[in-house]
Amino acid sequence: MSEAKEFKYIGQRTIRPDGYDKVTGRATYGADLSLPGMIWGKTLRSPHAHAKIVSIDTSKAEAHPDVMAVATFQDFVTLQSESIAGGEGAADVLDVARNCLADDKVLYHGHAIAAIAARTERAAKDALALIDVTYEILPPVMDVEEAMKESAPVLHEDMFTNGYDEKPSKASNIATRVEMKMGDVDAGFADADVIVEREFRTPTAHQGYIEPHACTVTYSEDGQSMVWCCTQGHFDVRTLTAKVLGMDLGKLKVIASEIGGGFGGKTVIYQEPVALVLSKKSGRPVKMVMERDEVFIATGPTSAAKLKAKVGIKKDGTITAMQGWMAYEAGAFKGSPMMPGVMTMFTPYDCPNVLVEGFDVVVNKSKVAAYRAPGAPQAEYAAEMVINELAEMLGMDPIELRLKNAAKEGTQTIYGPKLKRVGLIECLEAAKNSPHYQSALPEGQGRGLAAGFWFNVGGQSSVTVNMNPDGTGTIVEGSPDIGGSRASMQMMAAEVLQIEPKNLKPIIADTENLPYSQGTGGSRTTFATGMAVIEASEKVVAQVKERAAAVWNVTAEQVEYADGVARNTAGEDAMTLAEVCKSAEKTGGQISGNANINARGAGPSFAVHICDVAVDKETGKVDVTRYTAIQDAGKAIHPGYVEGQLQGGAVQGIGWALNEEYVYNADGVMENPGFLDYRIPLASDLPMIETIIVEVPNAFHPYGVRGVGETGIIPPLGAVGYAVGNAIGRKVEELPCSPPRVLALIQNG
Amino acid sequence: MAKSHVTTSVNGEPQEFLCEPGDTLLDVLRNELNLTGTKEGCGSGDCGACSVTLNGRLVCACLVLGVEVEGAEVGTIEGVSSGDGLHVIQEKFLEHAALQCGICTPGLIVSTKALLEENPNPTEEEARYYLAGNLCRCTGYDKIIRAVMDSAETLRGAV
Repeated sequence: MSEAKEFKYIGQRTIRPDGYDKVTGRATYGADLSLPGMIWGKTLRSPHAHAKIVSIDTSKAEAHPDVMAVATFQDFVTLQSESIAGGEGAADVLDVARNCLADDKVLYHGHAIAAIAARTERAAKDALALIDVTYEILPPVMDVEEAMKESAPVLHEDMFTNGYDEKPSKASNIATRVEMKMGDVDAGFADADVIVEREFRTPTAHQGYIEPHACTVTYSEDGQSMVWCCTQGHFDVRTLTAKVLGMDLGKLKVIASEIGGGFGGKTVIYQEPVALVLSKKSGRPVKMVMERDEVFIATGPTSAAKLKAKVGIKKDGTITAMQGWMAYEAGAFKGSPMMPGVMTMFTPYDCPNVLVEGFDVVVNKSKVAAYRAPGAPQAEYAAEMVINELAEMLGMDPIELRLKNAAKEGTQTIYGPKLKRVGLIECLEAAKNSPHYQSALPEGQGRGLAAGFWFNVGGQSSVTVNMNPDGTGTIVEGSPDIGGSRASMQMMAAEVLQIEPKNLKPIIADTENLPYSQGTGGSRTTFATGMAVIEASEKVVAQVKERAAAVWNVTAEQVEYADGVARNTAGEDAMTLAEVCKSAEKTGGQISGNANINARGAGPSFAVHICDVAVDKETGKVDVTRYTAIQDAGKAIHPGYVEGQLQGGAVQGIGWALNEEYVYNADGVMENPGFLDYRIPLASDLPMIETIIVEVPNAFHPYGVRGVGETGIIPPLGAVGYAVGNAIGRKVEELPCSPPRVLALIQNG
Repeated sequence: MAKSHVTTSVNGEPQEFLCEPGDTLLDVLRNELNLTGTKEGCGSGDCGACSVTLNGRLVCACLVLGVEVEGAEVGTIEGVSSGDGLHVIQEKFLEHAALQCGICTPGLIVSTKALLEENPNPTEEEARYYLAGNLCRCTGYDKIIRAVMDSAETLRGAV
């Protein structure tokens, strides 16, 4: 595509089509649907981090007059271990089922054991106390390094480490070991003038969406079922729920409600199959809504990690070798985002000698879920901290050091392909020229800078564009809109159809109204679903030309379509899109276009962030005083919502770097399952977040789009971490930089 | 346990409902009166998604009991816009792209309205501290604060 392409609608700041419902309270989210005869489900959760379930006696609960159904793991179909695509990455269906309701063991504080449906929410909650569970308490393993030791209590007796040539003879908490390499790191380090090697730790952190998981379900006598829930991927909810319950996909309709945040955490299922069991047993619609403490103890989070980064460099700033090691906590079941951590760790750098080793380790914490660029923030944090330290040691500007080694078109990645055209250099140049970087650092403050890389993905998207007889239309898509994507879809369709965006209404169809569409994740929606919208709209234009041609008795090739008007190039005739749609019944029936695609060619998005902090030396409290986020969007369809992604990602990363962490007691019980003690950033914590959108088009998208949703959470860990260290003259290795930890660093060095 | 009968006013309309002693105002609004625009994010007064006004004072509906609103005036997000159009604050939230997922938006709009009624000309810092009880996980607050400041300016101009 041409970089100078002129757009009529793309790049404007339109009012989002779903906005009116959202500012008036009319929009319906996961917990907002109630049905006639509906009853409420509540979940009994484990008070122990690790225990065998000796027995579950539900008889007293079942006998209670308000209780209408009780569910346990025994209500699921018998399942074998099977890896299925769903959410962000594969999931083992047996693990999914055992996470929805524990089988013979509870593996974390908060693990669901049983559920009760009763006439009221309070009755259901009260009746949970009537279920008698006998436990045999086991020692919990709460730390990734402890879990990797041979002497550690083993969570799963049937888990043997994958990734070694020979299958180990002993069960282990290490699910997988991965090594990726290119070149010769030993030779590279031998060539280096300076080598820095450091160890880092990042905490268990939660996505922190404000809307708790919620669903309302019905199960009919003929097996036809409906699930209404807040999810990033209702087709994946269908796949996973149907597997756990042994249902045909055709009998399970899943409707995506409006979704109150997800950040990856709503790509999995928790309550949906349980609610369906309760509905089947009671013959009633069932609503289940998690409470905030349940969200913290039993959903999300992302992996705590232990990491090592070692980088060798010549005096002129040329990086000669990069080596990484990481162990990621998966929570109770295998499947941490260690692999993308390995793949992304050093990708911002063009270095021939790279070796990264990673471990996926189970511990007695809730099973991790995807969190915005899953796995990358931890790994790239370790790398960026070392790069900054090297720049400081060499007396080089950190941007110049990065420019000298920046990944670019043709750079070999550790995971296989060479990079296509990417925008890291452009982001670094924009950072260098930014008002923030050009400004002097205020006295006593610290400054940090970091780069970030995320792949972005494409994948399957299904779209239909239906035209109405008055020339307005409906864009039927299958990607839940988590941050304004309907506005982008509307603008892209408008660009093709050359009509005002407001004349096109985008809707998120349920699983019965479209073929399969992958969920909203991997920064894929504006890229992949956008491609499908463009293709479906182009089919509408093709039909409009054919219909007009039929009216004028010319060929479709003789019809031109521009500015919403079809023109006969062989004559003077012209028909507006509305006129063609109005006459459609006489020219062959109504007009629509569809595209069911598997999009390839997602363009990686690079970012560079700059952070200034002030540290209160007496309390250790850190205030971010200035922050700039720079990122390559490829093409910003709606700049306002692109800026929003940059700002939102930056602030989640700031929270992760400064305050957010799970605190467990010695028994493995989470002690801060609420927003008061798990402190996400508040309005009063932050300055404005300055943004610079860089646009290096992705050649594989008609308008040049790259995904922008995820990369923004990667650089803050390194930028904030380094800024804090810079302010207090210490090396920050462990996140978050919470007041007690910073105070200890100040006092103890 | 016997339910209590409560007579109150919500968004200027007379309302009656029955509730249990433990039901919160949030439970009542959502489940008895079907006013689901007020959201539950935490149930403990930490997130502000259930911000409403009670006799003109900004409160978390999850921290008020249903029986406490006997004879009171309750204001929710559903009462912010008039029948013929959006309130300036709602328009500014849309113009500034000050929402992403939108779950915190009703609470933030109710809180912003309360802020600007108390203080029509807040500084950015005053706005940030007044709204510190309304958590937003999507936006990083930048565009929200811009929408609030722009609303204040527009409303001042309209007086």
